Amino acid sequence: MPDMQGLVNELIDKLKKRRVKGSLETPLQTAELLRSVISVQKLPPTNKAAALINAVRDVGEKLIAANPVELSVGNVIRRVLHIIREEDLSPSSDEAGDNEEEITWLRDNTAPYVAEIIRPPLLHMLHTFSSAEEKSKSYIFGRSRKLKHDVIEAINMLIEDVNICYELIAEQAVEHIHHNETILTLGWSRTVLEFLLAAKDKKRSFHVFVAEGAPRCHGHALAQELVGRGLKTTVIADASVFAMISRVNMVIVGVHAVMANGGVIAPVGMDMVALAAQKFAVPVVVVAGIHKLRPLYPENPEVSLNDMRSPSELLELGKFSDCMDFGSVDGAPLVHVANPVFDYVPPELVSLVITDIGGHKPSYIYRLIADYYSSQDYVRYGRDALFKL
Amino acid sequence: METRRVPRAVSDPKVRQVGFFAPGAPPDRSQSGPPHPASSSPPVSEISPSGNSLSPVMIPPPRHLSADLARGPHFSPAAPLSPMRAARDSIPVGSYNPSEFVAPTASEFTDDALSPNWTARRSNSGKFASSLPAGGFDMSSLKQNNFPASSLTTVSIVNMPPGITEKDGGAGVEVQKERSKTGSKASLKPLKEQTTKAERRAIQEAQRAAKAATKGDGSKTPAASSGLGSSANANPGKAAKASPQKKDNSPVAASEKRGSDRPQDKDRKKDVPHPRMQFDDKSRVEKAKKRSVVKQTEAKNRVELFRHLPQYEHGTRLPELESKLFQLDPVHPAVYKVGLRYLAGDISGGNARCIAMLQAFQESIKDYSTPPEKALIRDLTSKINSYVSFLIECRPLSISMGNAIRFLKSKIAKLSLALSESEAKAILLSDIDRFINEKIILADKVIVRHAVTKIRDGDVLLTYGSSSAVELLLIHAHELGKNFRVVVVDSRPKLEGKLLLRRLVGKGISCTYTHINAVSYIMHEVTRVFLGASSVLSNGTVYSRVGTACVAMVAHQFRVPVLICCEAYKFHERVQLDSICSNELGDPDMIAKVPGRKEIDSLDDWANSDNLQLLNLIYDATPSDYVSMIITDYDTSH
Repeated sequence: MPDMQGLVNELIDKLKKRRVKGSLETPLQTAELLRSVISVQKLPPTNKAAALINAVRDVGEKLIAANPVELSVGNVIRRVLHIIREEDLSPSSDEAGDNEEEITWLRDNTAPYVAEIIRPPLLHMLHTFSSAEEKSKSYIFGRSRKLKHDVIEAINMLIEDVNICYELIAEQAVEHIHHNETILTLGWSRTVLEFLLAAKDKKRSFHVFVAEGAPRCHGHALAQELVGRGLKTTVIADASVFAMISRVNMVIVGVHAVMANGGVIAPVGMDMVALAAQKFAVPVVVVAGIHKLRPLYPENPEVSLNDMRSPSELLELGKFSDCMDFGSVDGAPLVHVANPVFDYVPPELVSLVITDIGGHKPSYIYRLIADYYSSQDYVRYGRDALFKL
Repeated sequence: METRRVPRAVSDPKVRQVGFFAPGAPPDRSQSGPPHPASSSPPVSEISPSGNSLSPVMIPPPRHLSADLARGPHFSPAAPLSPMRAARDSIPVGSYNPSEFVAPTASEFTDDALSPNWTARRSNSGKFASSLPAGGFDMSSLKQNNFPASSLTTVSIVNMPPGITEKDGGAGVEVQKERSKTGSKASLKPLKEQTTKAERRAIQEAQRAAKAATKGDGSKTPAASSGLGSSANANPGKAAKASPQKKDNSPVAASEKRGSDRPQDKDRKKDVPHPRMQFDDKSRVEKAKKRSVVKQTEAKNRVELFRHLPQYEHGTRLPELESKLFQLDPVHPAVYKVGLRYLAGDISGGNARCIAMLQAFQESIKDYSTPPEKALIRDLTSKINSYVSFLIECRPLSISMGNAIRFLKSKIAKLSLALSESEAKAILLSDIDRFINEKIILADKVIVRHAVTKIRDGDVLLTYGSSSAVELLLIHAHELGKNFRVVVVDSRPKLEGKLLLRRLVGKGISCTYTHINAVSYIMHEVTRVFLGASSVLSNGTVYSRVGTACVAMVAHQFRVPVLICCEAYKFHERVQLDSICSNELGDPDMIAKVPGRKEIDSLDDWANSDNLQLLNLIYDATPSDYVSMIITDYDTSH
């Protein structure tokens, strides 16, 4: 286990130092870490699922605390918890029809050993003491191997999902992008890049306006990638968004997270873009992998789900350091610099959310969340509500 | 200046009616004659001062009007400014005037100013405006065209020698006032317009005739023409004769404006490239190139949407020009210097550029001497034209500069022929001085005095970019001891906000600095937004530094009042709906370069790839919906 602890600490360290970034790396690394946590976890004879859940939760809480705004960490942890619950329940559901019979049968004590073998895990606690110890032990061992195995399999699928979500999303591009369209995007997003390139590969010719996304200017990189693939691209300053949006057919953006209400946490500036798009009735399409679905409703997202970066991105510290230090009368610095990373865009401004399983209205997101998460893992009250964010 | 939808709904039908009305109007004219003089001629003397103190923008509620009449030209800041909410609700009925009568004004100006290029533009835009609903700004054009003829502070302008134009303006004011009173009577209104137009046409004819007739006899001219003017005022029926053909032309011109401005241009000199030349028009661009002083290479990788705007390779022009400094005969060194500084970006901001230009013109006028066998009026005008064309080559004119040039040319044109050269020069120099002082410097002070009443203790004020008026306002409010915080929002690539931040912090004002992308983030804490403007157009659009529209939009979304500080000389009768038809393109390299961030270099070789274009817009158009209030040096308007 010290080895495991080392791995966990390493990822925590990386998250804290913001070494792991982006919506691809973070969920992948989190899922892989959880997979190894589960694989080395020793399971008690009883209540194996609960043990796994607790183990994952312990690690998960630390990871979330390490970088609370990297929402995909929390999402992956909740997905894994959901997987464990599902896997735990699935055999029982297969045999649910038999349960009643079994129980009565068992009580008759006619064939205890046979019953033992097909006994569903939920009934286990009732019967461990009433049946033969050895047999049940061997069964438990087999079941725990099976549960772990299934969970790990499912996590592998989750990792696979994260990896191929770009392709799945990009496949839908032709349905949304047509000839001679003008598309506006902001900042860098791999999902958007793949989406646009997929449309380009289908011989659609269209024009892309890229707002650079100051102060980090990731839009430049996106523009270069697009140009490298032969798309007509125009880079504009963020301030020109309003001026240009009247000539744009569609705004396609990548986001940081999609909230349960359909609102999105997006790179800073997106709210402005979405408002301008609304003014000119331009649809705002959000492309996001399903792992970006966040099963929580936003509460004051501008502050609680935001990350403030260094003022040096906006002001050269050398030039302005004197202003920041010297105080006014009460000693407070005269200059504050606000350099947030994210914007919250309310669901009213989002026209469509395209995930790997298709396009949805923002108002439908809550339904998707019910499919991918267990309510115990995100409901904030009750015994199970352990997650602080 | 309507900010909300309700007023627009009210004014829409009116607008439609006017556009429809123009061609069919002439038959009614004879009937329309009588009622008009009765209403307009008696109060002329009162009206001119009211035109003087009234904001050209607003057609204020009657309360304001009477208050303004009572007060002097630049009245105290204690003017009863209705609170924003109330003002939003009160609908200025007349503010959506059709600018029918802008067209005659413009063409009148044409004939007066002897400025072929401005002329073409004027008449062009005037015609253009005639087909579209212009806001209540018609007066601004009147002011710009006619008003500067007399001293700005005098109240009894009607008695001044160049009285025609005054009366003209007065009549315009009157009509407008009339209309704002009787705005609902749609049937009456167009008739009146027709008469005004007719009057103006008559005045113009009279002026022309007078000018031609009394060459060298300066004292007679104004008297005669003013007499004619007043008679025209009184007798619109007579004046109407002059107008029919032109009026019949105007709808045609409006419908295909580019086609129609050619024939008009043909008989005029073409020294200066058309200020709103469409640069996608190859033949005209070629012609302009042959004339140009500055050697310009078209930039590569132009944005298709902006073909109609000029864009040149940036780095090449400055050294080229510098090397020519002592060879260029036609351009005065002072003007040359200013041009270079525009090109280098040393002077920016509407006011600063305008003042620099006017001062350069002053220098050149000081050194000017009329060549033998030439008239000062004509020669100086053409000189100024060549300077202007040079300046345009350095950087497209701002609207405020256009207005200032128009002012100067009208001044030159109105110089009495009896004056000696030195007297004329002295008059012009003092006129320019007065323009700078009254229209810009004093105007800013008045704006500050108005606007400072809008700042309360504990406010968080947001400003965008670096507006000189807003800066003065913030510093003044700080000096008054008001306790507030400032949010300076900035945007790439110019980052002018940094300089503003520097200056504000130097004064001890507590500031927050952020980029425009974070404006939604910061808007939660903001209580007022103060913005500068490059111009306010007649449909209420605020034409300003790019990004202003975004800031105003977000503020509107967050229900934060947006106050625009704009001097009245920057108002323009043009209309514009988007930021694309007319704009200025900056250096695209500025977008590619991120100063201080070496790691962002992906676009360094942007010019080499055909598919990549960089767009550096300078201005954008803020719809009037987002503007709560415009603070001018005359009054605030909503």
